[in-house]
Amino acid sequence: MTTFTDFLSEPIAKRALLACALLGFSNGFMSAFVVLRKSALKMGTLSHGLLPGIALAVLLVGLTAWSALAGALFAALFIGLGSIFMSRTSRLDQDTSMAILYTTAFAGGLILLQHVATRQKLDEWLFGSIAGMSDSDLWVAFGTSVIAVLTLTALQRPLLIYLFEPNVAASLGVPVRLLNYSLFGIMILLLLSSLQAVGCILSVGLMVTPGAAAYLLSDNPRLIFLGGGIIGAFGSVVAFFLSYPLGWSIGSTIVLVLGLIFLVAYIFSPRYGVLAHLKRR
Amino acid sequence: MEVTAHQHHPGCGHVHVCWGGGDAHAHHHRLEVSNLTVSYREVLALEDINFSTECGRSIALIGPNGAGKSTLLKALAHLITPDRGQVLWKGLRMEKSSHEIAYLPQRGDVDWNFPITVRGLVEMGRYPNLGLWKPYSRHDAEIVERALAAMELLDLQKRQISALSGGQQQRTFIARALAQEAHVLLLDEPFTGLDKPSQQSLHRLFRELTKEGRLLIASHHDLQSVPEIFDDILLLKRKQLAFGPVKEQFTEARIKEAYES
Repeated sequence: MTTFTDFLSEPIAKRALLACALLGFSNGFMSAFVVLRKSALKMGTLSHGLLPGIALAVLLVGLTAWSALAGALFAALFIGLGSIFMSRTSRLDQDTSMAILYTTAFAGGLILLQHVATRQKLDEWLFGSIAGMSDSDLWVAFGTSVIAVLTLTALQRPLLIYLFEPNVAASLGVPVRLLNYSLFGIMILLLLSSLQAVGCILSVGLMVTPGAAAYLLSDNPRLIFLGGGIIGAFGSVVAFFLSYPLGWSIGSTIVLVLGLIFLVAYIFSPRYGVLAHLKRR
Repeated sequence: MEVTAHQHHPGCGHVHVCWGGGDAHAHHHRLEVSNLTVSYREVLALEDINFSTECGRSIALIGPNGAGKSTLLKALAHLITPDRGQVLWKGLRMEKSSHEIAYLPQRGDVDWNFPITVRGLVEMGRYPNLGLWKPYSRHDAEIVERALAAMELLDLQKRQISALSGGQQQRTFIARALAQEAHVLLLDEPFTGLDKPSQQSLHRLFRELTKEGRLLIASHHDLQSVPEIFDDILLLKRKQLAFGPVKEQFTEARIKEAYES
C-alpha cells in the first residue's frame, strides 16, 4: 500500500482528488435538475454532440479552453436547433432527428480527432483523464462548479415552478426564456469540465445518476439537489481511492460507483425502492 | 371564508376581498376581449372573439372538442400570443402576465409525481408578488396559510401532491390562485374526472369565489350541469357562437348548431 500513499502525496493525485470532489458535487447538483426536467436522454445527446464541436475547433484554431467552449456551444446549438428545424420541415419527430444528427456528428468528430490527435489523446476525449489535469484545469473546474451551484441555488424559486409546470410557469411571471438559456449554458460548461474527468461518453452518468438516486430518496426538491451533489462528490471520491489500487480507469470507476449507489437507492429506498414497492402490493 | 378587508366597489357591485391588501383597486373590474384571433402555425384556432364581462361572475366555455376552449384560456393567461386583438383588464391593456390572473391547468396536464407538498405548491402562488429576489416574508406565509384554510387544506399541507384525491388536487390549485391574490381564475376543465361529492363541493366553492368578487372562466364539457353551476356561457366553435347569461343563451338550438355537423 506504500505505493498508493506515495501516489497520494504527488501533486497529480491531489489535483485529481480535488477535481473528483468538485466535479462530482457540481455535476451531481445539476443532475437533480436533469432528472426533474426529465431530460436525461437529451443530456446524453448533448454530451456526445460536444465532441465533434471540439474536434472542429481543434482542427480550425487549435485547442484552448475558449476554442473548446466555442466549438462545444456551436455543436450543441447545431444539434438542438437542427433537430427542431428538421422535425418541423419533415414528418420526423425531434427525438429521431436528434439521434441522427448527433450520431452522424459524433462519427465525423471521431474521424476528425483521429487525424488531429494521437490515439492516447482520443481516449482522453472519450473516457477522460482526470490524472492529466493541470492547475489551471482545476481552477476552471472550480470556477464552473461555483457558477453552476450558485446559479442553481439563486434561481431555486422560479426553477421549481418551471420544472413542475414548464408550460404554465410563464403565467406566474417566471422568466422561462432566461431560465432556459442560463441552464443550457451552465449545462454546457459543466459538460465541458466533466469531459476531462470522465470523458464525453460517460459524462451523462455523472450528470444523471446522482440526482436520480437522490430523487428516489427524498420528496424535498432542495434535498434532491443537495443530495445529488453529495452523492456525486462522495461517489467520485470513493472511485478515486478504488481506481488506483485496482488499476481501473478512473472515469469508468466514478460512473460505476455512482451506478452502484443508485442501485442501492433503487432497491432499498424506504418509500420509492423496489422492496417497498413489492411490500405495498 | 375568512377575510381581511371588505371594500365596496361601485364598478362591479360586489364586496371585494383583498387578501394581500395594498393592491390599488380600480373601480371598473371589467375584462374586455376584442377581436381576439389565435393560430397555431397556419391553423386558425380562434377567430374574432369578442366579449366583455365583470368580476363576480362565472363563465362556462363550451363547445365541441377542438373548438378552442383551452386556446382561449391560454391566450387570456398570456401563455400564447394572439395574432390579433386585445385583452383589457380594468380598462388597461395587459402586456404580460399579471398576478391578478391565475391559470389552472387541466388535471391531466399536471405532473402529479413531482416532489412537492401541498403547501409548496400553494407557496408558488406568491412568486408573481415576490419575483426572483424578494425574501419570503411572514406576510406571504400568512396569505398562504389563509389560502390553505379557505380550501380546507391545512391538515393536508405537508402531504405530497401525488397523494391527493382529484378534488383535493383541484382545491390545491385554487388555493395557489388565492395565494396569488388573483381576481380572475382561468380553469381548464376543472370538473372533469371528479367524483360526485367533489364536484358538488367544487360547485359550492365556485359560488363562494364569485360572491367574493372573483371572475371565473372555466372550460366545461358536461352540458347538463352548466345552468346549475355557471352564470354565463361562451359558446365556441373556433368562432364565438354565443355569449351571455345562461338563461338567454343556453338554448337547444344554439347547442345543436355548435355540436352538430
